[in-house]
Amino acid sequence: MADLTSNFLGIRSPNPFWLASAPPTDKAVNVYRAFEAGWGGVVWKTLGEDPAPVNVSSRYSAHRDIHGNVMGINNIELITDRPLAVNLAEIKQIKIDWPDRALIVSLMVPCEEESWKRILRQVEDTGCDGVELNFGCPHGMPERGMGAAVGQVPEYIEMVTRWCKENTKLPVIVKLTPNITNVVIPATAALSGGADAVSLINTINSITGVDLDNMVGYPSVGGKATSGGYCGSAVKPIALNMVAQIGRNQQTSTIPISAIGGIGNWKDAAEFISLGAGNVQVCTAAMLNGFKIVEDMIDGLSRWMDSKGYRTLDEFKGAALPNQTDWKYLDLNYKTIASIDQDACIQCGRCFAACEDTSHQAISMTPLSKNDMAETTLKVGIERQFDVIDEECVGCNLCQIVCPVDQCITMVEQKTDKPYQNWTQHPNNPMREC
Amino acid sequence: MDKPGIHSGRLTSEEYRKNFSDIKPAYGTHEATIEASRCLFCEAAPCITACPTDINIPSFINRIATDNIEGAAHTILESNILGGSCARICPTEILCEQACVRNKEPECVPVNIGRLQRFAVDNREGTSHPFSRNDTTGKSVAVVGAGPAGLACAHALARKGHDVDLFDAREKHGGLNEYGIAAYKLVEDYAQKEVKFVLEIGGITQKFGSKLGTDIQLDDLRNQYDAVFLGLGLGDSNKLGIENESMDGVSDAISAIAELRQTSDLGSLNIGQKVVVIGAGNTAIDIACQMKRLGAEEVTLVYRRGNEQMSATEHEQKFALENGVRILTWMKPVALETRSSNNQSKDQKSHVTGITLERTHLDDNNRLKGLGEYKTLEADTVFKAIGQSFLEGCFSGSQPPTLIKGRIQTESGFKTTLNNVWAGGDCIEGDEDLAVQAVEHGKQAAQSIDCFFQSTPLQNASLQNASLQSRSLKSGSLKSHAPEKKERDTHHG
Ligand SMILES: Cc1cc2nc3c(=O)[nH]c(=O)nc-3n(C[C@H](O)[C@H](O)[C@H](O)COP(=O)(O)OP(=O)(O)OC[C@H]3O[C@@H](n4cnc5c(N)ncnc54)[C@H](O)[C@@H]3O)c2cc1C
Ligand SMILES: Cc1cc2nc3c(=O)[nH]c(=O)nc-3n(C[C@H](O)[C@H](O)[C@H](O)COP(=O)(O)O)c2cc1C
Ligand code: SF4
Repeated sequence: MADLTSNFLGIRSPNPFWLASAPPTDKAVNVYRAFEAGWGGVVWKTLGEDPAPVNVSSRYSAHRDIHGNVMGINNIELITDRPLAVNLAEIKQIKIDWPDRALIVSLMVPCEEESWKRILRQVEDTGCDGVELNFGCPHGMPERGMGAAVGQVPEYIEMVTRWCKENTKLPVIVKLTPNITNVVIPATAALSGGADAVSLINTINSITGVDLDNMVGYPSVGGKATSGGYCGSAVKPIALNMVAQIGRNQQTSTIPISAIGGIGNWKDAAEFISLGAGNVQVCTAAMLNGFKIVEDMIDGLSRWMDSKGYRTLDEFKGAALPNQTDWKYLDLNYKTIASIDQDACIQCGRCFAACEDTSHQAISMTPLSKNDMAETTLKVGIERQFDVIDEECVGCNLCQIVCPVDQCITMVEQKTDKPYQNWTQHPNNPMREC
Repeated sequence: MDKPGIHSGRLTSEEYRKNFSDIKPAYGTHEATIEASRCLFCEAAPCITACPTDINIPSFINRIATDNIEGAAHTILESNILGGSCARICPTEILCEQACVRNKEPECVPVNIGRLQRFAVDNREGTSHPFSRNDTTGKSVAVVGAGPAGLACAHALARKGHDVDLFDAREKHGGLNEYGIAAYKLVEDYAQKEVKFVLEIGGITQKFGSKLGTDIQLDDLRNQYDAVFLGLGLGDSNKLGIENESMDGVSDAISAIAELRQTSDLGSLNIGQKVVVIGAGNTAIDIACQMKRLGAEEVTLVYRRGNEQMSATEHEQKFALENGVRILTWMKPVALETRSSNNQSKDQKSHVTGITLERTHLDDNNRLKGLGEYKTLEADTVFKAIGQSFLEGCFSGSQPPTLIKGRIQTESGFKTTLNNVWAGGDCIEGDEDLAVQAVEHGKQAAQSIDCFFQSTPLQNASLQNASLQSRSLKSGSLKSHAPEKKERDTHHG
């Protein structure tokens, strides 16, 4: 059996699945249920100074696919709206009741050293395992000079991080906002400020849709809307990319990463870890499905590790990073072309439409009929055959993407007998290196 | 009179309501959206080819998925103005849904095109008619027969700006949608609602109780109007050809269905205890199932050949079995029995008490032969459902169009051999007897009539091809999957 124990900055948890700072970690009652369900740790819902902020009613909205499944949600909630003392007392009790679980406290106070100093002292008192600095909240808090307002200015990140490091012995994790152009810059700032780790991503500025009857975006608060923070499975590709960017950058490659963003199952988690994450945090998937999803996250990850012979998380941590490179180093002589399994094909013609209309006209459609029903290809019969025209296929994968049948279209590697050649070496490149 | 066990009010009103409610209930918006999302939006989708009226199915389904219901309905009605009733009565399992590529998946569950089509047509947001009429052309057309063929033809002609007089022998328009379709397929007054909808286009004048051959004559119509379209359906029910066929208790299934569809109180119908239906088509299945649903205790369907030769589809046969109908094959009726009772006065007609059947088989030359082995079934009611044929009487006194195999012969564009007469639907020779085919005939005939008025040859060459295709290729493709239409005369009998 694989060992899922996670040791992140010396904070041990029975598995790498933490709940991200958000409504699932807002109160003792939630966190008790989470730990009972098996979550390895939680990052408590962000604390601030009293008086607590006030939330609006109508807070979330969803972006769905055509089947009605939720791809992502956005929210316009603020940090905890409960008094600080209540939160601190609950945190303290939980750490006593669940000593083997990781308990991190997320913080966001005004940009003054005194404020940070004061709250860090109070938090240390709870016996928690570390703090996470919320520099990422994209709505509500920036207006008050907090959250993303700090996270978008590298100098502030560095400054606040330094204050915290100087005022606590607890490990300090800096949570980054994705609402910037290059995530390496804030990550470098956090590192310069002495951060022990970064966590990312927080939510992405978004409007999920517009109510066309009332001409107001979602979620509507009495007829008005404001941009919200987007999260859930739709943001995973963005989060993966940012995690990899930090891992691939020389300056930031050593900083531990707690990965967040669209993680909904063990595979997502394994992918983040393979790109260098030390552990993962989950919010939306738990909000949409309840805490029980962690059971399969643990079970699935463990069985997959067994099947691959990985005994610990560290054994595959960052394993995919070396294969992540710049476009200019990709082999221009590598060739793959599509191949359609005629037995599996259900003749929907989606690949034909995709390639013919928008790609390289590399799929043919031939009507099949005893009556030889159509001379023209357009008014075809009920049975038809789709074939790849090998010479035309550029190996873009589009047909495979649109095919509704699993494994029907495969991309087959072709022998080219040509040596590795990348763009930096290519004769078409006016700035070629050699 | 000896009428054992025939009486009314066999069931409670709740049971009647349940038994005659929609067998394919309407989708709600959520169900429809989910089902619509299963459509793969195929390229040159096979379902379109399989629909006799060429409805752009993926296009309308995609519109449902994007909540553009009006657009979905428009897409359907553009190709098939009776899309609402076709959605309910089409044997989709041998038409569009049979062609759905999802049948090729291991789960074999096609997109439920029929129910989606119904959802779109029923839930149109617009209250006004979706199409508008061109300026009047001054041309007039007599459309005789207000069934699916006549209605579709009249609508398409009116849309082009021609004036249409729509004649029918009956007191209601709608043809078999009004008088023939199983009550649980087309419930309540849907047929009338649809007729009203079709007429909203304007330019169509309804004429009731006008029977061709009696009240109106083809020669006169040809003189009075610029063109005539015949959508007469099949008027005559075939006979068993055995003695005492007019005995009490023995009747024709089509009339019984018409009576059932027209009554406002199902409980008032006299229903037998032991019912025998002779036939193997959808009419036979329909009468058998409706009798069962009206409370008949035993319903037996008798067919002289085997299950595979039945023209009722596999789906229909299964439905009959599910309704508790017994199907007896390789048996043919040879005699109707009646109990001679002493106290029966001479002038009283005797009532059927049973039917004697002879076992059959195919001989070496593939001919149906009686085996001389007999069996008598008790029966207080016998229905004949062995097919219908075209009533030629309507042409008496006028120059008739040429008939072929007992039905009207048409060429491309559904023109008959008479210079200004077109025909379509069940009364012509060549296609499946389905409402959706009748609609297509009416639609194409209208286009052909319009070209005739403009003295342009059928400018749309594809129309000719389409009509040919609808005859040979499409029904060819039907046949390869559907049970073969072995005997024309039993298709709906
Ligand atoms: C019992 C039964 C069940 C069926 N079930 C289905 C089904 O589930 N699905 C399906 O698709 N199809 C079904 N059909 C077939 C379908 O009803 C027909 O194919 C379709 O109605 C044909 O349309 P039509 O316009 O040609 O003829 P009809 O619908 O028969 O209409 C002909 C019209 O012409 C009128 N008429 C006839 N003679 C004259 C005259 N001399 N003068 C004036 N008017 C006249 C009639 O009164 C009638 O209104 C069924 C048929 C039957 C008999
Ligand atoms: C309703 C809601 C409230 C959130 N509140 C906080 C918060 O108080 N502090 C914080 O650091 N992140 C907050 N987040 C962001 C999440 O912790 C997490 O970074 C983000 O949702 C991406 O992860 P996911 O895709 O698993 O949801 C919140 C997210 C949601 C949906
Ligand atoms: S891989 Fe791209 S180019 Fe090749 S057949 Fe598929 S869609 Fe066309």
